Formats: sequence, structure tokens, C-alpha cells
Amino acid sequence: MDLGLIATAGIAAGTVLLFAAIGEILAERAGVLNLGVEGMMLMGAVAAFSVTLSTGNPWLGLIVAMVVGGLLGLLHGVVTIHLLADQVVSGLALTFLGTGLARVLGEGLTNASAARLPSARIPLLADLPVIGPILFNQNVLVYVGFLLVPATWFWIERTRPGLHLRAVGEAPAAADAQGIGVHRLRLWYVAIGGILAGLAGATITIGVNPGWFGDQTVNGRGWIAVGLVIFARWSPIRAAFGAYLFAAITPWILAMQGVDTILGLPNPFLPGRSATFFLEMLPYLFVISVVILGSRGALRRRIGAPAALGVPYVRGERGH
Amino acid sequence: MTIRLEPRLATPRWLSPVLTVGAVVVALTISGLIIAFVGGDPIRSYVHILESSFGSVGVLSDTLVKATPLILTGLACALAFRMRLWNIGAEGQFLMGAWGASAIVLIPVLPAGSPAILVIPAMMLAGMLAGGLWGLIPGVLRARLAVNEIIVTLMLNYVALAWIQFWVFGPWSESGFQQTKTFPREAWLPRLSDFSSIVSGFGGLTVHLGLVFGLVAAGLLWLFLERSRFGYEIRLIGDSPRAARYAGLDIAKRLIVVFAISGALAGLAGMAEVSGAVHRLQDHISPGYGFTAVIVAYLAKFRPGRVIAAAVLFGALILAGREIQPSGIPAMIQGIILFTLIIADVLVRYRVRIEGGGPFRRRAADVAAEAGGPAGGA
Repeated sequence: MDLGLIATAGIAAGTVLLFAAIGEILAERAGVLNLGVEGMMLMGAVAAFSVTLSTGNPWLGLIVAMVVGGLLGLLHGVVTIHLLADQVVSGLALTFLGTGLARVLGEGLTNASAARLPSARIPLLADLPVIGPILFNQNVLVYVGFLLVPATWFWIERTRPGLHLRAVGEAPAAADAQGIGVHRLRLWYVAIGGILAGLAGATITIGVNPGWFGDQTVNGRGWIAVGLVIFARWSPIRAAFGAYLFAAITPWILAMQGVDTILGLPNPFLPGRSATFFLEMLPYLFVISVVILGSRGALRRRIGAPAALGVPYVRGERGH
Repeated sequence: MTIRLEPRLATPRWLSPVLTVGAVVVALTISGLIIAFVGGDPIRSYVHILESSFGSVGVLSDTLVKATPLILTGLACALAFRMRLWNIGAEGQFLMGAWGASAIVLIPVLPAGSPAILVIPAMMLAGMLAGGLWGLIPGVLRARLAVNEIIVTLMLNYVALAWIQFWVFGPWSESGFQQTKTFPREAWLPRLSDFSSIVSGFGGLTVHLGLVFGLVAAGLLWLFLERSRFGYEIRLIGDSPRAARYAGLDIAKRLIVVFAISGALAGLAGMAEVSGAVHRLQDHISPGYGFTAVIVAYLAKFRPGRVIAAAVLFGALILAGREIQPSGIPAMIQGIILFTLIIADVLVRYRVRIEGGGPFRRRAADVAAEAGGPAGGA
């Protein structure tokens, strides 16, 4: 089992979770829960893949995917912020809509192969022992992920607009009294969350794991991202650790399925042997345990979750 | 220009049903435009859906077979949603129910050759037990540790699917295929066609006893929600958790019970599907019944009686959808319907005011709004 290969694949696949989780963190820090990440990712994934396929230009595909994700985020934002619909139900609707629409739009693309965004080897850094080839010989989007984490942290914690973001998520009435446009700002961050979810989808289909495989393309990773946000207690830095660590599970499973014997016994997890399905449960069981741990931490410390998360803001009304 | 939403003080009785039907019509129109956009023929698609699901007694019977698991899973979701518990795990609870019922025959728990009068109730019990236990996991986690039930129920769906796959690819596989052997006749729920020697018109009709389970469950759930003290408390918790807490209700306990019943209903759906329709356990036993159930429950506004009607509609969509290309169309229509429904729901609760006036008028409206709500909170 080559740990270097597992780590390299984990960093690449972790970038997908990272984009989606950071997008969701921004929306939730602004007070809007968006459970439509899975749907937005699928739409981003199919948009990126089909645009790249028909134009031959993966950068164009990337942009379209982000626009599509942003529009879906806006839809959720308008319905929940302005029309005061339940955020849980609207998010679920967005996932259903995105999944179905992506399957319709992706019809017949399953056997196609499109251009993908380039990989780049960072000079000098890639020559570092052990971590060099793991971190610095990757798809360009992986580096975008590396930069996005500190940038988001800095934006949220150290800038004035970030202070406004936290204000509308923690105390919208106070923010409103300060002259901050609560509705406008929330809509804006839900849209950014959608853009990042679209980017996450594009990262799969034209980046680290190219191709379109129907709704198997995302395969629950949007939900995993939502779980990671709870685990990360709404911090982009912890979300990055969670995303990379979590994404390494899948290549580890693949590696487990590649050896003939484990500890001298015949490997029960070979593909075609039914015990392999227990390995497939692991990512989902991991999310459940992570959410349990995250909830306990949030309970104990009474902090973490934005105070106004999930509560629509209506001027003059107290939240329920 | 600003758009304001004002809560309605009184809602006309006709408004909600009219808007619900309107939402479905709008959703079908939008879906039609998308079908046309991807090169399909929306009119032909819709006519095809109608013909191949309601066009004759035979296909109507097939529609009801598809509606049966949707009624039971729809009730499962409706009950949980009524308490504002987001059980998105009916799919997994359905799968576990199907597994539990199959285990009675395949382990076997009852010796081969046991009469149907023993086998069928044992399968029902096992299905409800397995689904109920699967529902208990998110219930207990939510009640005791405040763990978000949406994530847990969703993740457990994937786990349940892998669990089913382990059994149908492994111990229960029939000569390497992804399915078990066909159950013996004693484990089949009776179908209408079984009585064709008595009523000749029943020949070929696939409707099975599971439909009766669904109808009875809907009746019982209605009695439970509307006529029992426990049901009243659940509705109170759903409508106003704060009031329920002030009233001294033990919300955690009721939450666990509701999750267990919800899971058991979905588990019974799984049992009815393997015992009544498929007669074996297999991979892809569900085309997403548990997810469609979310929309069924929402369309029915969580009312047990309306769940039946909504389930028949979506049963038709699933039945006819198998032949429609592209294959994602039924799922897409479901998503769009859910979206238009929640917007319609907003219109039921709020009156939309579009104000065209200049800044002066808007300021006057703000002043009025602020005067309405006491500053500093009361």
C-alpha cells in the first residue's frame, strides 16, 4: 500500500470537499443553511463537463459551472431570504432539482471524454522530500484550494466586510440597526456558496476525477461537505483539515481492494467479494461520527454555530 | 419599488388547494420547457405518462403497485415532518425493512414450508422492526446529543444500501447474480390476480395486499395525529416548540418515539415491496421511493389522507418514467414541483404587496412597521 499515492489522491479529492464546505461555511456564517450543496455540485459538474466537451475549453466550462452554481444559490437565497420559505425544505428541493436536471442535461455524456484543466508542478516546492510530490504536483484547482483557505479565514475574521458577514449571521437585528443590509448580504453569501459548490462540481468532472457518471459523479459528497461544516465548527481552516483527511479514505479503500492478502490472510475486500461493501460504508459512518463529535463540541462550548443560522430575518419580528 | 410580505390574518379556505394545484401546473409547465430545451416533446411525454399509468385497468393496477411503497414511506415522512423532524432517511429505512422481511425467508428464521399465515406476519414484524431500529439511530442521536438528523438519516441511506448489496452480492446471492432466490409462495402477499378464478376481471392485476397496509396505516395515522393526546402533542411541538416546552412536554422522548414509528412505516413499505411486488431481495430494490416520499409528504401538507392521493400521482410518474428519455426527467419534475410548492406555501401564509411609490412612501411603510413592533422587545 503506497501511502504517498493515497495522500496525493486524498489532496486532489479533498479539494472538491474543500470548495463545497467553504461555500457552505460562508452561507451559514451569514445565517442561511443551504442543504442544496449536492444538487448545486451536480449541476456544476454537468455544466463544466458538457461546456468543455462542446467548446474544448475547460476554463470556459469552469466559469459556466460557477455561474450555474451561483444562480442556484441565488434561487435558494431569494426563496428563503425574501420569500421566507423554510431553509431545510428549500435546500432539499434544490438538491432534488439539481440532481434531476443534471441527469437530464447529462444524458448521453457518460461515455464522452472532455479536456481537463491542466496539472502543474510547482518548481522547487515539488522537490521537497515526501510532501513535495504530494502537495505540489497537482491539478491547478488544488492550488486554488490551498489559497482559498487562508483567504477565507482572513476575510471572515480580519476584515470589515467579514465582520459584517458575522454580524448578519449572529445578530441580524443589531446589524440592521447599524445600517448593514442584512437581506442583501445574506443573498450575496448564499450566491458565493453556490459559486463554490459549482466550482466543486467542476473540480470533479474537468479536474481531479474527469468524466460524467450521472448522479454517481458526486455520490453524496455534497452532503458530506454539509457534515464537514458541522465538524469544522464553521471554521475554514478546520474544514480544510477535515476535507483532505476525509477524502483520503476513498483512495485508501481502493488501495485495500488492490492487495491479495492482508496480514497473511486472503483479502476479503477484493472487488467482487461481498465484504467490500463494508468498506464502502466507511465514508458515511465517518461523517456520522464526525457530526456527532462536532455536535457535542458545539453543545459543550455553546459557540460555533452562527446564532441566527436557519432563522429568516424580518425587520421588527423576533426570531422564533 | 419594494416587495413586501405581510402575514395573512385570515386565509380563505380555497386558497391553499388552488395554489397547490397551481404549483403543480406551473412545475409541469417549467419541466415541459426544459424537456423541449433538451430536444424532447413535452406534450408527447406528458400524454405518454398519462396513458402508461392511467390508460387502462392493467396499468392503473401497476400504478397502484408503485404507489404502495410511496404511501407508506410518504406517511413515514409526513409523521416526522409534522413534528418538524427532517427524516430524509425513509430510503434507508425502506431498504432495512426489505432486508428484515427477507431475512425471515432467507436465513431462514421460520422453517421452510411454514404456512403463509405465519410467514407474512413474521415478515411484517421483521420489516417494521428493522426499519424502526434504523429510524431510532437518528432519533436517539438527535434527542440525546442534539445531532442534526438530516445528515445522519441521509448518511444512513448510503450505509443501508451497502448493507443490502453485501447480502445480495454475497451470502444470499443466487448463483452470482445481484439478487436472492425467489421467495416461496408462502412469503408472497396475495394479489388481485390470485382471485381471478372467483372474479374473472382480476386476471393479470398486480395490486397486492400492501396497498391495504398503506390505506390502513393512513387511517391509523390520521386517528393518531388528530384524535389522540400523543398526536396533539406532536402537532404542538411541530407548530410551536417553545410553547410545548413551556407546557412541560418531554420533547426528547416524543422525538424518539416518532422516529421509531416513522422508520417502522418505511420498513413496512420495504416489506410490502419484496413480499408483494418483487418476491425477492435485489440491488436497486428502490427507485428512490424514500426520496420521493419527501415530496409526497410535502405535497400532502403532512395529512395522511392526502398522502394517498399524492402517492398515486408520483407512483404514476415513477411507473411511466421508466420508459421516458432522458431518464432524469421524473426526478427533475419532482424537484421542480417541490420548489413551486414551497413558493405556493409562502403565498398561502403571506400576502405579497408590491409598492411602487417613491422613497417617501417606503419610509412611511417602515415607520408603520416599526410602530407595530415595540422597540426593545416585549
